Amino acid sequence: MKPRLLAEGCATRLAGPLLFLKRTVDVGLNEAVEVKGADGRTRLGRVAAADEETLTIEVLENTAGLGLADVVVRFVGQPLEFALGPGILGRVFDGVGRVIDGGPPIPAREAYPIEGLPWNPVARGVPRDFIETGVSAIDLMNSLVRGQKLPIFSGGGLPHDRMAADIATNARLPRGAAGDFAIVFAGMGLPHDSAEFFRRRLEQGGALERTALFLNLAADSSTQRLLTPRYALTAAEYLAFVEGKHVLAILTDMTNYCEALREVSSSKGEIPSRKGFPGYLYSDLATLYERAGCVHGAKGTLTQLSILTMPSDDITHPIPDLTGYITEGQIVLSRDLDRRGVNPPVNVLPSLSRLMKDGTGERYTHRDHPALASQLYSAYARAVQTRVLAAVVGEDGLSEADRRYLAFGEGFERNLVHQAGARSFAESMEAGWRLLKGLPHAELTRLSDEQIARYLAKA
Amino acid sequence: MSMAAIRWISGPVLRATVRGPFFLRECVRVGPRHLLGEVVRIDGDEITVQVYEDTTGLRPGTLIEGEGNPLAIRVGPALLGNIYDGLLRPLTGIDARVTAGARPAPAARLAFRPSRKAGATVRGGESLGEVSLPGRRTLACLVPPDLEGELVAIQEAGEYDDTQPVASVRTADGREVGVAMSHAWPVRVPRPVARRLPTREPLVTGQRILDALFPVALGGKAAIPGGFGTGKTVLLEALAKGCAADVIVYLGCGERGNEMAGVLEELPQLVDPRTERKLMERTVIIANTSNMPVAAREASIYSAITVAEYFRDQGLHVALMADSTSRWAEALREVSGRFGELPGEGGYPAYLSSRLAEFYERAALVETLSGSRGSVTVMGAISPPSGDFSEPVTSHTKRYVRAFWALDVKRAQARFYPAVHPLQSYSEDAAEFAPWWSENGNTQWLELRRRFLTLLDEQSRLERMAKIIGKDALPARQQLTLACADLVNEAFLRQNAFAPKDRVAGPAKQAAMMRITGRFIELSTQAVAAGVAPDRITRLACLRPLARMGEEIGDGEMEKFDAVASALETEFHDLIPAPEARDEAAAAG
Ligand SMILES: Nc1ncnc2c1ncn2[C@@H]1O[C@H](COP(=O)(O)OP(=O)(O)O)[C@@H](O)[C@H]1O
Ligand SMILES: [Mg+2]
Repeated sequence: MKPRLLAEGCATRLAGPLLFLKRTVDVGLNEAVEVKGADGRTRLGRVAAADEETLTIEVLENTAGLGLADVVVRFVGQPLEFALGPGILGRVFDGVGRVIDGGPPIPAREAYPIEGLPWNPVARGVPRDFIETGVSAIDLMNSLVRGQKLPIFSGGGLPHDRMAADIATNARLPRGAAGDFAIVFAGMGLPHDSAEFFRRRLEQGGALERTALFLNLAADSSTQRLLTPRYALTAAEYLAFVEGKHVLAILTDMTNYCEALREVSSSKGEIPSRKGFPGYLYSDLATLYERAGCVHGAKGTLTQLSILTMPSDDITHPIPDLTGYITEGQIVLSRDLDRRGVNPPVNVLPSLSRLMKDGTGERYTHRDHPALASQLYSAYARAVQTRVLAAVVGEDGLSEADRRYLAFGEGFERNLVHQAGARSFAESMEAGWRLLKGLPHAELTRLSDEQIARYLAKA
Repeated sequence: MSMAAIRWISGPVLRATVRGPFFLRECVRVGPRHLLGEVVRIDGDEITVQVYEDTTGLRPGTLIEGEGNPLAIRVGPALLGNIYDGLLRPLTGIDARVTAGARPAPAARLAFRPSRKAGATVRGGESLGEVSLPGRRTLACLVPPDLEGELVAIQEAGEYDDTQPVASVRTADGREVGVAMSHAWPVRVPRPVARRLPTREPLVTGQRILDALFPVALGGKAAIPGGFGTGKTVLLEALAKGCAADVIVYLGCGERGNEMAGVLEELPQLVDPRTERKLMERTVIIANTSNMPVAAREASIYSAITVAEYFRDQGLHVALMADSTSRWAEALREVSGRFGELPGEGGYPAYLSSRLAEFYERAALVETLSGSRGSVTVMGAISPPSGDFSEPVTSHTKRYVRAFWALDVKRAQARFYPAVHPLQSYSEDAAEFAPWWSENGNTQWLELRRRFLTLLDEQSRLERMAKIIGKDALPARQQLTLACADLVNEAFLRQNAFAPKDRVAGPAKQAAMMRITGRFIELSTQAVAAGVAPDRITRLACLRPLARMGEEIGDGEMEKFDAVASALETEFHDLIPAPEARDEAAAAG
């Protein structure tokens, strides 16, 4: 039996999210508490520090309305947990795992600590096998692999919401049964309209039954925002490693999460690091992102596709910067492409999927896929360089070969990156080979002679 | 053992009231689960402790026990081929999730064959006999460096646990000390050597751009700074697989779990072409991933270098790869912040620089205590925030390393790997290595190196100019310079870490490729001097096989380079008409 301890009338100070109590009970660090004020509302919290006289409680939900006199603190005796069981797909939860769709409660089988525990690297399996998203710039150029964490770096006003909803609707496992696939969607600091957009799009696309939706709205407290991805990922781990599903977790918007972290950190009086974010932002993000993966002996996998909006479109801002250092690549959206009507506006040059080599090629996609992607990259990089040159010296100052690269670059953006609807992988490959036909074959050094003969010889 | 009781706790730092003496840097055990910690400050009756594991559940009053010795790890032959956490506790044979709490290392059963007899005087670092374990190289049972005395007993040949004494040594003050095949050593104390040796030999890395342009010395130190995705990890892994060291210590410090899983899966499948043994057999992996406790990340770098020194003391050449030293520095910063220390530059504690210096100083080519030659070469990745090399960790590291391999975002984005920037990188020792390369079949090494570097330097200037006036407006000679620099990049420097035949390039292959590339530059310069237009040279058929020779010709196929070279000669021969041929053509016309 868990100890049920109560502390009443011993609150001494309230400062932002921190509640200080006279230490009247014997409790341990990080253990969960429930804080109840005169308003009757229960707020989650945890023991953040303790000395002989005082307990410091970090309240993880809004502290407005709390007073010192009437606060009652119940100590749970262990860290925060999320009780889960079958039937969480198709359901909608708030940011701390409470059902909000009017349906019955979840039949809880077992409770899991929301912080998770780090995977032993020895227990991890190397992510393999391809997830088809229907987006050529991802499937062909930066393939998503089961168990990978691949974020989308976007900017305010760019169509990342639409892209996320499309992927949630169209994503499939080319080598797996449809019933094996599940989506966990966590919205953090989501405006009401976006939350509705996602819910509607998933419903229309028929993806809602395979989705567990966690919604922390913009109006919810920022401390609660810190818990939302933890509840969502706990549910995702449950689906993947208990129910054996291949789970795609979509977390949006990580920038809201990081800003909440900054706010809470500064209200705790911690020494800020870059741009006011706490020095532990990297480690904190790692505890979320590292929950993706494959595990030896487990049937399911957990893939993460998080979305973040880069403040002022700045990829060197600490949020995208530290994210990029943890995740296995990134898909970068570009305002310039968006303006030119390319949709989805993926700039492939700064984009990268680090695990691509493990989930593509003969066994998973196509034997010539890696070489094709590499050649397209190298040619597009040259096209972009040539474009800069052409802007200065004019197209007339370019050599014949350079002009062909220029045309290739245009075609690449219009006919490969841009797409009206979802594309199958085979269609993406097709589009890629077609584009390369316009370039001097001798310069395609990433392709073998055989590949050139097979795909590019003039018919 | 001294005891103390927790007075205050927050995160990985606690303060406790002592009951008995403690010393600075003493290793302690905290609470009922015996969490590992270290005393970092003593103030009157209060100690401050850094805890290396998750402190959830600890509370005021929880007891702490001093171990009476500094934080130490057990080093021995059985480390090879295994994976450990930052405090050198095995990660194999435990749960899929890493939990806090004591995990005693199981002893390994190893075969011992004595080489010394009772009565002999033995000194620290000497061998007492051979240790062999199946599928591994034979190693020595070393006397711990700080022990000296008379060998009073030694076991016969047989199998023993590596923690169980196989010999007994009586010291000058009359104590009898048991010596096992493994021994404990404090991680923060460098292991002693007879003397440090000057080094005139490179550590061959198998990466052309490094060996040819920015070589690192055997026992040297190199830094690999680069923004995310520029190829630090892939390069370090390629070095771990391909460099010409006897032992590899691979430290994953605050990085991804999947990368560790990848190394663990791949190394046992690869064979070291020099020894015909599995690569895993020469490797020790130390993993403290980004989601594992931060304080242990701080200690992991010392565990790693101590392991490296141990194998050096066996008379071996050891390469240590640390990915990434920035995460170590951040752990230092985070823990220091919790102590309430005053932050310096970039929030790092003021002692960041001296800690970096201490760490890199432990790299060296040495004469070991037993008189053999061994080395530790350190290669550390740096992850500068925003990819900006002016930040504290990069700038301080730069003062202590002699090879600087700067990774460039632009090259990485064009998928040009390794993305080492040829103008921002350097090697302070390069000139020393020419004799070594001469002896190893590359007499032109220094000259061609200079040639390549000059071309790459000119390329960057000319490209700026071409941006203003257009490439075609450049004089023929400068157009040729651009074409040759392109070739150096494409045909020689580019090396795909995943291409089966080009992952690693041995010295002979490197020499052949360097020679062919150099010959192209020579012939094309002659051709342009003889009036051939540069665009005829860039259309030569031999350029394609040249650009692909790295990927298509393996280390064991040196004869294939002759074919590439002779095609080159023929095509240029046809391009530059000999004077008589020109006369004949004139006569016929
Ligand atoms: N030498 C190389 N050969 C081929 N691909 C490489 C090479 N170096 C890097 N890459 C590619 O770049 C990606 C990122 O490299 P990585 O080493 O993980 O970057 P970092 O550690 O600097 O963040 C890899 O996943 C791989 O696709
Ligand atoms: Mg890396």
